[in-house]
Amino acid sequence: MIQVENLTKYYGPIRGIEDITFTIDKGEVVGLLGPNGSGKTTTMRILTCFFPPTRGRALVNGYDVTKKPLEVQRHTGYFPEKAPLYPDMAVTEYLGFAASVKRVHGKKRKEQIDKAMDTCGIVESADRLIGKLSKGFRQRVCLAQALLNDPDILILDEPTIGLDPRQVVEVRKLIKSLSRERTVILCTHILPEVSETCDRVIIIHKGKLVALDTPKNLQEKIQKFTQTLFQYYGGNGGLGNELMGLRGVIKVEKKEPTFSGVQALVVQSEKDEATLRAISTFITQHGGPIMEMKKISLTLEEVFLELVTEEEL
Amino acid sequence: MGVYYIFQRELRSYFQSFIAYVLIATFLVLAGFFFYTDLSMHVLWSFQKVSFNVWGDYFYDLARYGLMIIIPLLTMRLFAEEKKLGTIELLWTYPLRDWELFAGKYLAALFFLVLMLVLTLVYPTITYFLYDIDIAPIFAGYLGLFLLGSSFIACGLFISSLTENQIVAAIGTFGLLLMFWFLTWNEAVANEKAINILLNVSLFDRLLTFTKGAIDLKDIIFFFNFHGFFIFLTLLSLTTRKWRGIK
Repeated sequence: MIQVENLTKYYGPIRGIEDITFTIDKGEVVGLLGPNGSGKTTTMRILTCFFPPTRGRALVNGYDVTKKPLEVQRHTGYFPEKAPLYPDMAVTEYLGFAASVKRVHGKKRKEQIDKAMDTCGIVESADRLIGKLSKGFRQRVCLAQALLNDPDILILDEPTIGLDPRQVVEVRKLIKSLSRERTVILCTHILPEVSETCDRVIIIHKGKLVALDTPKNLQEKIQKFTQTLFQYYGGNGGLGNELMGLRGVIKVEKKEPTFSGVQALVVQSEKDEATLRAISTFITQHGGPIMEMKKISLTLEEVFLELVTEEEL
Repeated sequence: MGVYYIFQRELRSYFQSFIAYVLIATFLVLAGFFFYTDLSMHVLWSFQKVSFNVWGDYFYDLARYGLMIIIPLLTMRLFAEEKKLGTIELLWTYPLRDWELFAGKYLAALFFLVLMLVLTLVYPTITYFLYDIDIAPIFAGYLGLFLLGSSFIACGLFISSLTENQIVAAIGTFGLLLMFWFLTWNEAVANEKAINILLNVSLFDRLLTFTKGAIDLKDIIFFFNFHGFFIFLTLLSLTTRKWRGIK
């Protein structure tokens, strides 16, 4: 569990983050989003006790990051953006070193190393030099390193970047499976990844928190009007202008239909049910029978852009 | 505990790359050369039985041409490489204190220094069996070399912690050590007050006592202070991450 209150970090006069507050419960996967330089890494570095915040408080697993950094670090696993490793070490050798420094000792040490290698699918590469591994495998070794101390908190900075599509799917599945017993913070640029794996999303922009909600709620909140796709049987596409005459209709756009002999329109309108009913009745009466009617929701990309650009205007 | 794991990894890293072997080989070749030339020179000049005085030159040469070149190459990678690879970022998120990280690296380099010095013991040993020589001055000389070398390491670690470029770290350390050597060269032209102060910080003048076969507590304390100063600076430089910007 992670509690963050008014977290602020200044680098001299430059603002890293300011007054960020959020709480993440145990077992949650939370996506951390934001453009480059928005303060994601700063936030993660404070949570891993890389450096202390200028102001504010952060509790990780109940321990304060400034007062009990070693306790926090014992229960945290971190995957840095560049997946840094020692190229001159073999995989097991490296994991052994990392486990020791992370204070995993005795029988548990071997168990944890084997488990982490198994989870990350690097058992076959155990004796190879890290420098000779492909990028995808290096990424996995670095992920294995984060799991060695069986952390309650897992902080991942762009874990899927540079992987091939199959590996991306695997890593996402892995993150999902890991999240059952852990709290995961996933920082990424890839938005579908967030909607796929995360329970909630934190969006940071210019060092400030701009949104904190489930992906679904975010989409709905941002969307002020409903967009609906209508595909109907009808000879001509002249319905557009007539539809504009209906109450509540804001915009009508012609689309390329996905079936032959069909017209397709995207209608932007008020959210209420009466408007939608009026539109569909109108189309059936004046155009032809409706074959498809589908609500188009904003993708997370659009939500993200909306939130991030809104600030700038 | 953390100190030991860092120490172990650094040593392994030295011996897995060629660095260790190249540095040891170079040092031993130099040591053999100095031993041979200093001994022959001494015998030629003095027309007398080998006395302990011959060690003075040998130790001094080992320090200024051996250690001064080898140590910067030994310490250059200790922090700079980790910074370049980014692995130090990971270490800083492990339950590991800065002093443990420093101590592990320092001890690894120190182990290396001791190993090199022990290997050169072969020359005094040969001499010991051929001639009747005193052991005490040799002990003093080696103690001097050890203290001087370990001070070089402390200095090298500090410079390495400042940069992520190993070449810069090596040249920077070498330059600083050269300064400590040249500091008191120009006794004739320097003002008397200045030279007295400079003599107090000159590393190599401290070694001279040892090479003459004497151990002065004042010199030992000096080397400890020198260590303290650079250890403090290194820990300070590691701490700057806490308030400096991310590049």
